[in-house]
Amino acid sequence: MIQIIDYGRGNLNNVVKSFMNFGYQAEIIDQPKSIKDLSGLVLPGVGAFGDSMDSLNEKGFTSYIRDYIASKKPFLGICLGLQLIFEESDEFGDQKGMGVLKGRVTRFDIDEKVPHIGWNQAEFKKESRLFKGIPDESYFYFVHSYYVTPEDPSVTTTTSHYGIDFTSAIEHENIYATQFHPEKSQKIGLEVIKNFGELCAHHTSR
Amino acid sequence: MLAKRIIPCLDIDQGRVVKGVNFVNLVDAGDPLENAMYYDGEGADEIIFLDITASSDRRDIIYDMARNVADNIYTPFTIGGGLRTVEDMIRMVKAGADKVSLNSAAVKNPEIVRDGARVFGSQCIVVSIDAKSNNKGSFDVYVKGGRENTGLDALEWAKRVEELGAGEIMLTSMDRDGTRQGYDLELTQRVSDAVSIPVIASGGVGEKRHLLEGFTKGKASAVLAASIFHFREISIQEVRDYLRENKIPVKS
Repeated sequence: MIQIIDYGRGNLNNVVKSFMNFGYQAEIIDQPKSIKDLSGLVLPGVGAFGDSMDSLNEKGFTSYIRDYIASKKPFLGICLGLQLIFEESDEFGDQKGMGVLKGRVTRFDIDEKVPHIGWNQAEFKKESRLFKGIPDESYFYFVHSYYVTPEDPSVTTTTSHYGIDFTSAIEHENIYATQFHPEKSQKIGLEVIKNFGELCAHHTSR
Repeated sequence: MLAKRIIPCLDIDQGRVVKGVNFVNLVDAGDPLENAMYYDGEGADEIIFLDITASSDRRDIIYDMARNVADNIYTPFTIGGGLRTVEDMIRMVKAGADKVSLNSAAVKNPEIVRDGARVFGSQCIVVSIDAKSNNKGSFDVYVKGGRENTGLDALEWAKRVEELGAGEIMLTSMDRDGTRQGYDLELTQRVSDAVSIPVIASGGVGEKRHLLEGFTKGKASAVLAASIFHFREISIQEVRDYLRENKIPVKS
């Protein structure tokens, strides 16, 4: 079972559906359940950083996510879900993140329109199982004003260019995350969902 | 590189797609989900739905539509029209809209833009501006489907909503809407230059050249059109090929 964390914003049915289309069991949870039977956990993202972090804390999800990640089973963060696992963000003043990975989330300070909205290319920096079968420089859908700078650059799997080169996907041990929205990136995005489903299934069968 | 966006727009009345010229002579033009799935299949970069339902007791239908669309397509979409409070916005995002668009409500109570941005982040909040040229060489902001002049200057209003936290501006020329003569490029370029958030050009597209001009002359980040896509006069793919030939970066 793959769980998708609902912490108050957004319709997550299409994330569930996208997993089910590929034959993977998935459900939305709005409070922590047992991580024992889980094969995958997804932290999606719609909302502002501080507001979302408060909501995750209130619902007891932060320790749930930490415990789950410590279990070494695959985790997927999407958009804000990527940003929240880092240490801190400067969105609406300094805000503390979960600090699972080291790094800061900062606002684009570039000579381009911000937010960064639309389809941009992801350039591979290292091999990642999340991008299996996906061509280099494929277009994915982004909608964000903030980006993450990991302290350890080797976690970056893809970068994208918008005024600067920024980290658009990461992989570190069992942690996978994308700044773009695979669930909103049509066919190519669904490949990412499928790959994550496979990772979860593979982990369970080991 | 970030691709320039091509956005089909659907007007919705009581849960049905409608098409008319300047908000009159509305004809039923189909089911929103069917249309959304068509554009999803065509690889539209986003879809915008504008709810023009007048009667307040029929307005809840749009939330069901949003849910239905969100459950079935993998293309980002925006919903505007009739959203008056932060609660309305929360409900719409919960139903599945990726972005919400505010028009009259932002004019009436500008703080709603700030409040919305605080809850969802700026990237979720689109402010829709209906502008019409005046005899002083500038543009006034209109509400109520172009019937009421607010007296606000379009450029000043665009800058103000950016300050308040809007993430994007959907800019419709009331002079051009429905005319098929092309965007008001002067208006589009002026607003686009005045703000540092993306501007979606809207109103007046009759042929693919107009879409190209929206980018080259209007400096828009995205171009919106309704009827040329709606009546299948031209496909999204044809537009993409045409823009690519003209050196505009588009999604492959």
